[in-house]
Amino acid sequence: MSGISKAFSGVQALNGVDLEIVAGEVHCILGQNGAGKSTLIKTLAGVHAPDSGTIVWNGEEVALSSPQDAIDLGIATMYQELDVVDGLTVAENIFLGHELAVGGFTRSGEANARARRLLERLGHGTLPPTREVGSLSAANKQIVSMARALSHDTKLIIMDEPSAVLDSEEVKNLFRVVRELTTAGIAVVYITHRLEEIREIGDRISVLKDGRSTANGLPVGDTPTSELIRLMTGRSVANVFPPAVPVPGDAEVLLDVRDLGLDGVFEDVSFTVRAGEIVGLAGLVGSGRSEILETVYGARRATSGTVRVKGRQLRRGSVRDAVRSGIGLSPEERKSQGLLLDEPIYQNVTLSSFARYARGGFVNEKAERRVATEQISALQLRPADPDRPARTLSGGNQQKILLARWLVNRTSVLLLDEPTRGVDVGARAEIYALIRRLAANGDAVVIVSSEIEEVLGLADTVLVIADGRVLSTVQADQIDEHRVLDLIMEGTAA
Amino acid sequence: MSEQQTITPAEPAPASETAAPASRRFDARALLSGSVGRNLGLILALAALFAVGAITAGDRFTAIDNILVILRLASIIGVISIGMTFVIIGGGIDLSVGSVMGLASVVATLSAVQAAAESSTWVVMVFVALAVGLAAGFINGFVIAYGKVVAFMATLAMLVAARGLAEILANRQTQVVRVPEFQQFMNLDLLGIDMLIWIFILVAGAGWILLNRTTFGRRTVAVGGNREAARLAGVAVRRHTMYLYALAGLTAGIAAIMILGRTTAGTSTHGTLYELDAIAAVVVGGTLLAGGRGTITGTVFGVLIFATLTNVFTQNNLSTSVQAVAKGVIIVVAVLLQQRFSGQNTRSH
Repeated sequence: MSGISKAFSGVQALNGVDLEIVAGEVHCILGQNGAGKSTLIKTLAGVHAPDSGTIVWNGEEVALSSPQDAIDLGIATMYQELDVVDGLTVAENIFLGHELAVGGFTRSGEANARARRLLERLGHGTLPPTREVGSLSAANKQIVSMARALSHDTKLIIMDEPSAVLDSEEVKNLFRVVRELTTAGIAVVYITHRLEEIREIGDRISVLKDGRSTANGLPVGDTPTSELIRLMTGRSVANVFPPAVPVPGDAEVLLDVRDLGLDGVFEDVSFTVRAGEIVGLAGLVGSGRSEILETVYGARRATSGTVRVKGRQLRRGSVRDAVRSGIGLSPEERKSQGLLLDEPIYQNVTLSSFARYARGGFVNEKAERRVATEQISALQLRPADPDRPARTLSGGNQQKILLARWLVNRTSVLLLDEPTRGVDVGARAEIYALIRRLAANGDAVVIVSSEIEEVLGLADTVLVIADGRVLSTVQADQIDEHRVLDLIMEGTAA
Repeated sequence: MSEQQTITPAEPAPASETAAPASRRFDARALLSGSVGRNLGLILALAALFAVGAITAGDRFTAIDNILVILRLASIIGVISIGMTFVIIGGGIDLSVGSVMGLASVVATLSAVQAAAESSTWVVMVFVALAVGLAAGFINGFVIAYGKVVAFMATLAMLVAARGLAEILANRQTQVVRVPEFQQFMNLDLLGIDMLIWIFILVAGAGWILLNRTTFGRRTVAVGGNREAARLAGVAVRRHTMYLYALAGLTAGIAAIMILGRTTAGTSTHGTLYELDAIAAVVVGGTLLAGGRGTITGTVFGVLIFATLTNVFTQNNLSTSVQAVAKGVIIVVAVLLQQRFSGQNTRSH
């Protein structure tokens, strides 16, 4: 590919991007959210036609005007959102769109046999082709998706953040499969946020920033990580976590959680958060950390214990009471729990506060746009257009919308569940700095993250949680990642 | 604490990005993607129907009197469709509006109610009809929002039950309106336009303001667009859902008053199958059945298209069966056009 440009509704998503892929290599594409990675691969997959530029395949210039064109050439794509049909079987999914059929009647026996061979090739011969895909784990759905890619005569597979839905064991298996594919001469375009994965699997790297190529085909082995970060962000990230500001001992206690419990999920959770303090909940998936946040917020009805904000006790199971008292939650699933994707940025920012700008029940869009625009520039939200639908923003910028929502709502206690999930390195540093500044402004912050390093780096106080119990409450600077994991292991074993 | 917190940016944003929103106002494409563009398919369809009517029926069709006939035809379904628009944008459906309208027409014309109206004021009948509609709507809303019954089933049950109750109360008889003041009011003629049409205009105008300019409208879009996000942002989702069905019930009550004015009688069969016409008009008007997106303007166009279609067929002495087939075609074509015109703006990435 050379000189690829593409603009959407006036926004230049790609601007003269070059990409060269050779057979049998793993070519990683690195870039922040919004850098144009998804647009680039969709161009390669025939979903978007480029406004300018050429695509050369095996020495011949080609025009990819539909996904089918790309598939016919041997380019298969595995999208980030798993594109399998839950109601169909494994084999039916694999041959979806090119069913094995005679005169309109599907040949399920043959399809199942060929599906089994494809699955064996991927090291998953035990996966029954007749099983319904809806009952499979995310990892196995991905295998199905990969088998579908291989069911065509494929020479290039594009994988858009395949590891995002996998745990570490499954990622290992994914890498094994990728290596087998490349040994067979198939090229893989691998898109990820995770630098350590690139080290492990990648042969060459191309970096995108703001729709332009900043590096093209760098060999993985010779490129230091600091250089990659500089290429992605345009600046060097020396210290990702901003320095902690000591919390004065006489600072007001804003959030006071006492003996909080939710039957069968967690019990006896107590902690306090002072103005200016960041408290982190460290624990593994399933430890109950997200449920604790949701219960504090009233999104789940506590079965025991109390939550007080500035001394006032909240009604159990009432989100509205929590919001009115000044708590804000940024939920784990940003798109499904946080945003109105088709509505403009400003309406998403004011979703909790539009009634406050309204007069006699009439909304005041002018005032809403004004406060949203203020937040957009304060949080450096991009694109800086309050009328753009939230759907069109990258993960990091969507996260900023949620922060902005609570900033305009006089919130004094912020509950952040996975604030950097799906957010890339550069935008992460910005969000860390934002959280720090919120605390410095006198807010109380509770943060949950599956990355223990993130909790330790941001929080003043850390609660280590396993199996719905608080194992330990410690100062963040007196504990390290190993100790946290030790505690969790001991706690779970006991 | 201050009204809101502001955070000083770590570094100034590039100038080119902050300048972007200013160009929005002068963009011709923005206009096309605005209300004109969104309703372009509907405007074209309505214009085409008018052209067909003018060509086949000539002056009989284009006469002012006939235009008023079309508007009168559109008015009752139109009022119901406004309520339906809110329910559908809010992510629900209300199948009961037609039979609630019938029930309200029966209760408002019970001899006891009419006697009370004769001895005091005709407005009693209006209040009774509105109260019946509102009450049925609140029951629907309560069962759906707090009882967590699927809207389709809850309102289907109300459809059957309200019709049955109306039959019991009316004893399957037609109840003639005996209050002359009520009839006089409904026969009023302002600026050459009769009361039915005025009511439709008022309800549509109020609906437009309610949807686009009030917190009620904003909550409706939020609840229909992403229920969970609205709940976690502190919107009282269940209460608002209940209000949406109460609003639909209220419009059914208004429609009952209108049908009493037009037919001078209340019967349990009033409003039969109106729910389907209303849903068709709303969907043809571009409101997503899945919720979260829709316009009052589109619904008004949808209603007008069906009323014009009926009129064109009547003017040409074609049977109602042919008309039904044409309605089906219109629904499909209009939805296809909608997707074509709105799809490019919202789905490109």
